[in-house]
Amino acid sequence: MDLPSRERKQLDEVVIRLAGDSGDGMQKAGEQFTLTTALAGNDLATFPDFPAEIRAPAGTTFGVSGFQIHFADHDVLTPGDRPDVLVAMNPAALKVNLGDLEPGALVIVNTGAFTPANLRKAGYASNPLEDGTLDPYRVIEIDISKQTLAAVEPFELGSRDALRCKNFWALGLLYWMFDRDPEPTLAWLDEKFASKPVIRDANKAALKAGHAYGETVELPSGVEPYRVPRAKLAPGLYRNVTGNEATAWGLVAGARLAGLEMVLGSYPITPASNVLHYLARLRHFGVTTFQTEDEIAAICAAIGASFAGKLGVTTTSGPGVALKTEAIGLAIAAELPVVIVDIQRAGPSTGMPTKTEQSDLLQAMYGRNGDAPVPVVAAATPGDCFTMAIEATRLALRAMVPTFLLTDGYIANGAAPWKIPDFDSLPRFPVHFHEEREGFHPFLRDPETLARVWAKPGTPGLEHRIGGLEKDYDSGNISYDPDNHHRMTKVRAEKVARLADVIPEQEVSSGEDHGELAVVGWGGTYGAIEAAVRKCRERGMSVSHIHIRYLHPFPKNLGELLSRFDRILVPELNNGQLVKILRSEFLVPAEGLNKIAGQPFKVSELESAITSRLQKGA
Amino acid sequence: MAPDTPRALTRKDFMSDQEVRWCPGCGDYAILAALQRTLPKIGARPENTVFVSGIGCSSRFPYYMNTYGFHTIHGRAPAIATGVKLANPDLDVWIITGDGDGLSIGGNHLLHVLRRNVDVQILLFNNRVYGLTKGQYSPTSLVGQRGPSTPLGSVDFPIHPIPFALGANARFVARAIDTVQKPLMEVYERAYRNKGASFVEILQNCPVFNDGAFSSITAKDIASDRQLWAVHGEPLIFGKERNKGLRLRRDGCGLEIVTIGEDGVTTDDVLVHDETNLALATMLAHLQPPEFPMVFGVIYCNPAPTYEREVLAQNELARQRFGEPDFDALLRSGHTWRVDPET
Repeated sequence: MDLPSRERKQLDEVVIRLAGDSGDGMQKAGEQFTLTTALAGNDLATFPDFPAEIRAPAGTTFGVSGFQIHFADHDVLTPGDRPDVLVAMNPAALKVNLGDLEPGALVIVNTGAFTPANLRKAGYASNPLEDGTLDPYRVIEIDISKQTLAAVEPFELGSRDALRCKNFWALGLLYWMFDRDPEPTLAWLDEKFASKPVIRDANKAALKAGHAYGETVELPSGVEPYRVPRAKLAPGLYRNVTGNEATAWGLVAGARLAGLEMVLGSYPITPASNVLHYLARLRHFGVTTFQTEDEIAAICAAIGASFAGKLGVTTTSGPGVALKTEAIGLAIAAELPVVIVDIQRAGPSTGMPTKTEQSDLLQAMYGRNGDAPVPVVAAATPGDCFTMAIEATRLALRAMVPTFLLTDGYIANGAAPWKIPDFDSLPRFPVHFHEEREGFHPFLRDPETLARVWAKPGTPGLEHRIGGLEKDYDSGNISYDPDNHHRMTKVRAEKVARLADVIPEQEVSSGEDHGELAVVGWGGTYGAIEAAVRKCRERGMSVSHIHIRYLHPFPKNLGELLSRFDRILVPELNNGQLVKILRSEFLVPAEGLNKIAGQPFKVSELESAITSRLQKGA
Repeated sequence: MAPDTPRALTRKDFMSDQEVRWCPGCGDYAILAALQRTLPKIGARPENTVFVSGIGCSSRFPYYMNTYGFHTIHGRAPAIATGVKLANPDLDVWIITGDGDGLSIGGNHLLHVLRRNVDVQILLFNNRVYGLTKGQYSPTSLVGQRGPSTPLGSVDFPIHPIPFALGANARFVARAIDTVQKPLMEVYERAYRNKGASFVEILQNCPVFNDGAFSSITAKDIASDRQLWAVHGEPLIFGKERNKGLRLRRDGCGLEIVTIGEDGVTTDDVLVHDETNLALATMLAHLQPPEFPMVFGVIYCNPAPTYEREVLAQNELARQRFGEPDFDALLRSGHTWRVDPET
């Protein structure tokens, strides 16, 4: 039986990191811990961090896969800077992660994997369990491999398959330690391994054995079971969501709000592929998914679909955007709506595919031949991907223009509780197809939005030709007239600029709308910046957080808002991109704070940056 | 029947008001005229017809058709056309491309639109040269082609469009000649009637940069000896006297030319064209002058389900299996929990 909660030590927040070989199932264990933690009512944020290799050589440091979860009885904004608990399934996992721990952190080690061969592969000259390396920490040494083998022995698996259950043994121990209900995970195993009953039962047995171990074995002093009370979240119905799930749902929602069916052209690429996977399962929602031969074909199919009267969408990451560049220019010239989702990763070139970065902003804004402006929006959190995917769709259709949604690997893979919206409460933006023959030409414009008419093939009397050649403003025919090109270039820019009329004004996330320092961010750094600014404000500093989700056009009040701060600090996971745009647009003395490590900001890094700016300014 | 019965259309209904701007004497004029004559005869409707092209001389084609048209970017027309068909499979979609657009920069997309069997007609104008950029050699140029980028002659081997298409699993492959109008129109109609990707190579003369590239096949005095027009179910016969034929070699693998009436050869010895036979089509596709005649007409036609119909059938299946889409239920699938207002 579980201990009554009065016998558990109460904590307000905990950060756990699970680490093991990339084949050890750390991501699966992490996802299950996330699920049960959400159901237990804590707020949370997660950070899966895994190598690009599907199965890197076992035991090596570069094959280590990690999953971090931060949960609390209050608002959680980031997956946490430093783990309070590290589960290390082998020496390599210990070696890679030990540096992130504060003294006193709890380390659970699978001693069964600390063999001479594994120690050598991890680069340990001596055994860290014996040479004092772990003295600063609280350590629980368990031969998880042996315990797992014993627990699953009745199922007569081969030792390889038997050992693969050890992630669930470790998960069982954590469930006991943090007062989690194992039922949802047992139910998940029932579903996942319905066709493999032996594997299902072995994993269940391992989970229960880990849990029972915690209950029965005497733990070292200083280690005890804990409980983290429920968080106070806004009332409503919640679920966990990753950024990529929310993006997929947001795209479907956007199409439905417009009254359109969707055609997704996509080519597999990390970390964007699972948006394609999610959408491929939603075919009954008027979604046609098309896995194309390459990135270029993916956007071209989307453009073709938009030409024919559906919502064309393409999902990719930075290298894919590079390949799509010419076709984006075509959609700009032909004035067709396409939603382009760029789930950013570390670059340039192949870069670090599984690591996060925010370095495609300038590519999205400017990376094309000719004067080729497009709307650009960015999601701040996993749940915000839903909202901003709808917004990208709305803006693309309103101005008949390809539109970027930027997310990043961090929020794409990270999960957080999300208050589920009611579809009927979302504002609709139905599309109107042109059918009037009188005076028709394909570049007739709406006087308010400057968008051209959308006349789809199949409509009698509206046969017309469009393409990448410059068109005459008044007839839509090919034109090389100098004044006409000037005019068309201006109108393509103006219709994007006018979207500023229909986007929300810039708000301040934390703090006053004026003061000594504004910390201005965009995209997935929201949580870290918000947490850092709140902490600094608690310490009495005059600092505010402004987080920009509409990057082109900017909200109308942004320039004026920024002018009310003495200093502007722009933290970005790149070498300085938004900071350049802010400086050039608003002539403000914005200063960059750049981290280009493939890892998100730590709250502490931002806190010290803010502190140092305010001290210097004082 | 539509509410107002459509009147019979003529060539003029398919001609746009744009002035045609190819060089005088360009083979494209004949290709355009033949199609504008064919479409009304075969029941095409302008509002239901879409021409998609890439970049190059041939790709100006859509501007001259009074239909829907999309002049896109270099090599990508097959991908854009596939998107059009996925969005609306009821449209008649024609892809207009050339040897550079289709086989150089766009070779990848051409390969995939063929293997997927998207229901489109692909007209590849092959003039064995880059015209729009002024005379560089193309991937179908013969070895030794001189041009501004190859003053000493090209050294790389050409690709032949018909074997390429067969290699890509095309289910309909035909070849025609720009100025030989009646057979060209017949090929257009066959391509239009075929449900699936219909690939047509049209030998097209570029009078400015590669004049006479095919004169060893098309010149009037030798045409009948150098052209074999294949007809399904009929013997593969050619020549001025209609007395030459193809038969399987007796001494190895491949085809040989025989003369009817010599060495005891009769018409019965000549191979009969079977357009559903891939092995035969593959042999015919590779025949090149001067050793053999070049084969024209429908070389291979063996229909298969089209990509977009299969995809849309899956969409329909999903609708049947999962019922009416319920977006709120989707967002609430899996584990959820309720946070109650604090009392």
